[in-house]
Amino acid sequence: MTKKIVLPELGEGIDKAIIACWHKRVGDHVSEDDDLLEVVTDKATFNVPVGCRGIVQKIFFNQGEEVTIGAALAVIDLTQ
Amino acid sequence: MFVFKELALSCDVRDLGLIEFDTAYAFQQQCVSGLLKAHNPTIFLCEHPAVITLGRLADESNILVDYKELGRKGVSVKKIDRGGDITLHCPGQLVVYPIIDLSEYGKDLHSYLHQLEDVAINVLSDFCIRGQRSDKNTGVWVKQRKIVSIGIGVKKWITYHGMAINVNTDLNLFSLIRPCGLDVIMTSMADIKGISVNLDRVKERVIYHLSEQFSLRIR
Repeated sequence: MTKKIVLPELGEGIDKAIIACWHKRVGDHVSEDDDLLEVVTDKATFNVPVGCRGIVQKIFFNQGEEVTIGAALAVIDLTQ
Repeated sequence: MFVFKELALSCDVRDLGLIEFDTAYAFQQQCVSGLLKAHNPTIFLCEHPAVITLGRLADESNILVDYKELGRKGVSVKKIDRGGDITLHCPGQLVVYPIIDLSEYGKDLHSYLHQLEDVAINVLSDFCIRGQRSDKNTGVWVKQRKIVSIGIGVKKWITYHGMAINVNTDLNLFSLIRPCGLDVIMTSMADIKGISVNLDRVKERVIYHLSEQFSLRIR
């Protein structure tokens, strides 16, 4: 079983953000309270939480890439 | 450092005085962790020794002098985890770091930035200074000059970093950078009033307007 981590709604008028940095890498164990990555809009950074326990299976974007709200950012393997 | 206890606020207000940027950042992160454990929100007020901070979107070419000259002037440079480009802090500038949970306020980053602008505009109004938003850029301007800079970080919808209000700031220091990556002239409350402004009075009004804006109560 897996879970996709998507870029959540960040507020009215915000439809994109840039990947500032990844806090976790593929293969890392993660828990619910961990932050997976940080994105940045024009004046705000936002840490995207993992929200589940598992292992990071896939990461879809690199640092510096622009992503749209709702886009899948990573996949967490929940069976580990 | 002291804690305002008697003002009508729902959160802790901690006046850190003149404090190194990194130390103030550590206090903020402690409070972010505390708020995750259901502690009360906190508003930090402080001034920093001269420091240039580079946000996540900063372009280092917006530092207009070399690092040796910055060293001679006693200005340090830090890359930090807030939104926005480049700014400068120094004594005489009031820096405000609200640590609040945006889950209580609609989880909207733009709305929060606008609320901080509202707070700053209301504070300036108390000193008979007419601050305005820009259609294009976050912050507060008086005519064409920028007086308040804003940049935030958010973790699990809890805010850190915040806004910097030029009160009695040495504006000459801004010639070292291109503030926010813009060709903008900076101003201060003292610059506009033509006289030094009482920083404690500004702090008091910031606390008042933040508490009004965010409906904060005494804990």
